Amino acid sequence: MTGTELTVRIWRGQEDGEFQTYRLATRAAQTVLDVVTEIQRGQEPDLAYRYACRVGMCGSCAMTVNGAPRWTCRTRVSAVARKGILKLQPLRNLPVVKDLVVDMTTFFVKWQKAKGVFEPGSVPLADFAIVKPNSAERRAVDAGVECIGCGICYSACDVVAWDRDYLGPAALNRAWTLVNDVRDRGQTERLAAVAAVGGCHSCHTHMSCTRLCPKNLAPTYAIGGLKRASARAALKVTT
Amino acid sequence: MKRSTSFMRSQRRAGVVAALVHRLSGLALTVFLPAHFLALGAALSGAKAFERFMNVTNNPVIKVLEVGLVTSLAVHLACGLRLLAIEFLNLHERTAVTIAICFAFALACGLLFLLNVQMGSVQVVPS
Amino acid sequence: MNSALFIAQRMTAVILAFAVAIHLVTIIYAAQHGLTAGHILQRTHGNLAFLALYSTFVIAAAIHGPIGLRNILREWLGWWGHRIDASLFAFALMLLALGLRAAYGVFVA
Repeated sequence: MTGTELTVRIWRGQEDGEFQTYRLATRAAQTVLDVVTEIQRGQEPDLAYRYACRVGMCGSCAMTVNGAPRWTCRTRVSAVARKGILKLQPLRNLPVVKDLVVDMTTFFVKWQKAKGVFEPGSVPLADFAIVKPNSAERRAVDAGVECIGCGICYSACDVVAWDRDYLGPAALNRAWTLVNDVRDRGQTERLAAVAAVGGCHSCHTHMSCTRLCPKNLAPTYAIGGLKRASARAALKVTT
Repeated sequence: MKRSTSFMRSQRRAGVVAALVHRLSGLALTVFLPAHFLALGAALSGAKAFERFMNVTNNPVIKVLEVGLVTSLAVHLACGLRLLAIEFLNLHERTAVTIAICFAFALACGLLFLLNVQMGSVQVVPS
Repeated sequence: MNSALFIAQRMTAVILAFAVAIHLVTIIYAAQHGLTAGHILQRTHGNLAFLALYSTFVIAAAIHGPIGLRNILREWLGWWGHRIDASLFAFALMLLALGLRAAYGVFVA
């Protein structure tokens, strides 16, 4: 495909703004990050966008590419460009700082609200906790612990778009890994946090998070686990 | 212009479609239920009154709506079972496949009803 | 409250799974055999098993529907709060009353 031209429409502005169109030559094995960088360096110096590692480890480059939230460094243009057109927008569900850059504050505030933080308790353990790698809990943790907080799942989630109280897939996925952390001493507060308004019960299993997670995590199933855990906790209180 | 945050194009995927169909069918059924209960409650006024009430349903428009209702009921059941399996049995499924099966089941129910439903007048005393 | 509503909705879902399956089979059977309203009333008259099943069906539906509606109102219309919950509770009571009346009506007809 080298030699043909790529048409790139990029969101410029904040919540109010417009798409601007840029053109550049396609190159072999081009990633969307390559495209944005080439445009910023060669055509539009004040285009704002984020990246860091460039190799699919940090998640900083996440944005909406042709309607889906993706890491631009790991998205080949040839895989997503339809008829040689790329449409780039900032991540959905987060306020726009400028152009393709969003404010991630709410994303991390909700992480805290879901008690997605390890709670060691006030009394230190006498010895190292023994966590067998094949235990059900450890396997549940393994399935979700690789999250790097890129925001793709949060952006993909329709319930986040509909309900501003919804904690979102990433925060709940992290909470589930901690629910399964046998060393953690904050389970009661955490289960209450994920069962509150905007908690796990708001998930309607659209599964966009699981489909789009670049680390192949499955927040849907983590949230299912939270539903079961919080239901059990609620029934224990009454029985 | 304002940034659009509505359903993105890529969201027309199995899980999202299933959730929407599940929700809309549930809404249709909930809205229909009071009418259904009122119609059946007419039986309290005796057989003749019930027959008169039910004869209102003997027209093609209502029959089409009835097929829609049967399909809605079946699809809501099927998608609901899938949800219960994911949430309580921790089912990890091939989403598109499972949902296709749910929709196929619902359409089968709707078709079975459509192909057999009769347009004759409602008779309380069978002839 | 969210956990309680969630549990209520999922538990009534299990009950409804059975009731709806039976109901669908009944509907299609009735359609296939050209059963008139009268035929059906003959089978339901004085039928305690029918009354028990459909009363259970009604109670479960009266709980399940409004909880689902609550999510729709919140997420699609932004309506939530005590007044909405009170209205939905009233709607549930209405469904319960009309439904049990219908089940009874078909039982005694």
